[in-house]
Amino acid sequence: MSVKKIHDNQPKEFKFSDENFKKVEEILKRYPEKNKKSAVMPLLYLAQRQNDNWIPLAAMKYIANYLAMPYISVYEVATFYTMYNLAPVGKHFIQVCTTTPCLLRGADKIVKLCKENISPNENEISKKGNCSWMEVECLGACVSAPMVQINDDYYEDLDEKSTKEILISLINDKPLKPGSYRGRKNTSPEKILISNEEKHA
Amino acid sequence: MRKNMLKKENRIFKNLYNEFGWDIENSLKRDDWKNTKDLINKGREWIINEVKTSELRGRGGAGFSTGLKWSFAPKEVGSRPHYLVINADESEPGTCKDRDILRFEPQKLIEGCLIAGYTVNAHVCYIYIRGEYLNEGKRLQEAIDQAYAKNFLGKNACGSGWDFDIHIHYGAGAYICGEETALLESIEGNKGQPRLKPPFPALVGLYGCPTIVNNVETVAVVPTILRRGGKWFASIGRPKNTGTKIFCISGNVNAPCNVEEEMGVPLKDLIEKHAGGVVGGWDNLQAVIPGGSSMPLLPKKVCDTLTMDFDTLIENKSGLGTAGIVVINKDQDIVECMARIARFYKHESCGQCTPCREGSGWMWRILDRVVKRKATFSDIDLLSDVTKQIEGHTICAFGEGSAWPVQGLLRHFRKEVESRCREEPLIKKKLNNPYLVDQHLLENKNA
Repeated sequence: MSVKKIHDNQPKEFKFSDENFKKVEEILKRYPEKNKKSAVMPLLYLAQRQNDNWIPLAAMKYIANYLAMPYISVYEVATFYTMYNLAPVGKHFIQVCTTTPCLLRGADKIVKLCKENISPNENEISKKGNCSWMEVECLGACVSAPMVQINDDYYEDLDEKSTKEILISLINDKPLKPGSYRGRKNTSPEKILISNEEKHA
Repeated sequence: MRKNMLKKENRIFKNLYNEFGWDIENSLKRDDWKNTKDLINKGREWIINEVKTSELRGRGGAGFSTGLKWSFAPKEVGSRPHYLVINADESEPGTCKDRDILRFEPQKLIEGCLIAGYTVNAHVCYIYIRGEYLNEGKRLQEAIDQAYAKNFLGKNACGSGWDFDIHIHYGAGAYICGEETALLESIEGNKGQPRLKPPFPALVGLYGCPTIVNNVETVAVVPTILRRGGKWFASIGRPKNTGTKIFCISGNVNAPCNVEEEMGVPLKDLIEKHAGGVVGGWDNLQAVIPGGSSMPLLPKKVCDTLTMDFDTLIENKSGLGTAGIVVINKDQDIVECMARIARFYKHESCGQCTPCREGSGWMWRILDRVVKRKATFSDIDLLSDVTKQIEGHTICAFGEGSAWPVQGLLRHFRKEVESRCREEPLIKKKLNNPYLVDQHLLENKNA
């Protein structure tokens, strides 16, 4: 279980924007009338997107009211799932996969680069460039290891050089394109690499 | 080496690498939705029988017969509606097959959903995708919209007379939601903690209604099975372990990849023919995790002759699981790899059952001590004991999933572990070590 800290500086009010209200109506249509509660996860996502990628307590209260469920149930959901950020994260939020398949191919080197280039500690917003990073568990792209997720996108087949380029591009606020950084097509086997030397990070 | 690899015409997922385009027009060229209406009109009995003939086993890890599972759904719809739920919460370390199906073969999944939904009397289907796969989910939504536009979904879907709707529900980064009842809890808007079984979801599932939960790959192969016949599928692979399977080969190989092969393919063929061989050659192989992180690892001498199917792997005290093959070569520290997996399970335990919540932490701390060479000889027995205390004492299979990899390590690499456990017991050194769980013993009175 992960322990998540609630941010100290909480905004007092939260309300969905008009645009998001339309989305809320769409979301509610997916679930049976009497099971509105099911919409709590998508609504928390909407709140997170609206509020610079983190969820304040006011938003949880607001959603609880909206779905007619106890506040504590919303709080429970928001703290249980790791993808809900309960404190501000960087505009460029880097999640480094460090589980075994990525570790085998050098994820620790990517963590080191994050520490050097962004911030010495996880979940700390960098002084320059408004980035933050954290270690996460398996992101489900094991054959493209090592990889990182930056906001919504996967950056795959990394090595030290490409990771550094990506991190610098984020600090300069001109993110590079997501995808494979060894130029391969999706998850197909590469024909070129039959050597005894490791080509990856 | 084996001469006959999976023939090209027997491949089900022809667009696994997106060479031919994922959108509906290109999917139609690959025979998706070809005669869906006729298949459905042959009736539920025929579909279930055909799937039973094919001996298709669930691709999500447990390997349960799909035809049998579908036959558990009540035959008549009572006061409660039926639901179909697709488990796309793929988070097992080493596995990334469903991602490619969602991205590049979405129509196979959608067609499979319609057929499965009709078979189990469900008008509504929820596809539960892990939150990290946001782009894959968007792609699937596009594909669903394309199917709606062609009237393959919605009222009178595909002209079959069956109304069918598909909705996507995103998870939010909890591994445990891949467990079917935790997944249902999550859709209902609760935290994802597994339910006690029985009752099984087939009778009491989503919103208390009969629900069938299937893995993405399982459902996606069904249309092809029906089209080409259950006998065709059963002719591939070995008896009871039939058909084709997507294998994900990651770790220390020269060309990590996803590849569709027949069941019962030798592991050595998979690694050498498809994944470019082990880094440093086959002799540099140390161990292989054959089915995603929850399955016990196997040392090289077993891997030499191993074939990849459910029953052979169970005979070797491991399992096929999700067929996520993680290759570990001799350059790696095997204990560190397993300690990292133990950390994964400590992080992902939902906290409901005490043996798992506490035990997963114990296993990680002990293994971490072994990696740092701070462990004592008695720690090995303690570790083995903890794994036995977790196994079989939890509501869901997460307990086994966290304990088995550690048991596998102790079974095959005990000497390696023992050689690192040379430390004197801390109790004798009176160190204030934060890893020591029974800290109170340090006080002389209690010691």
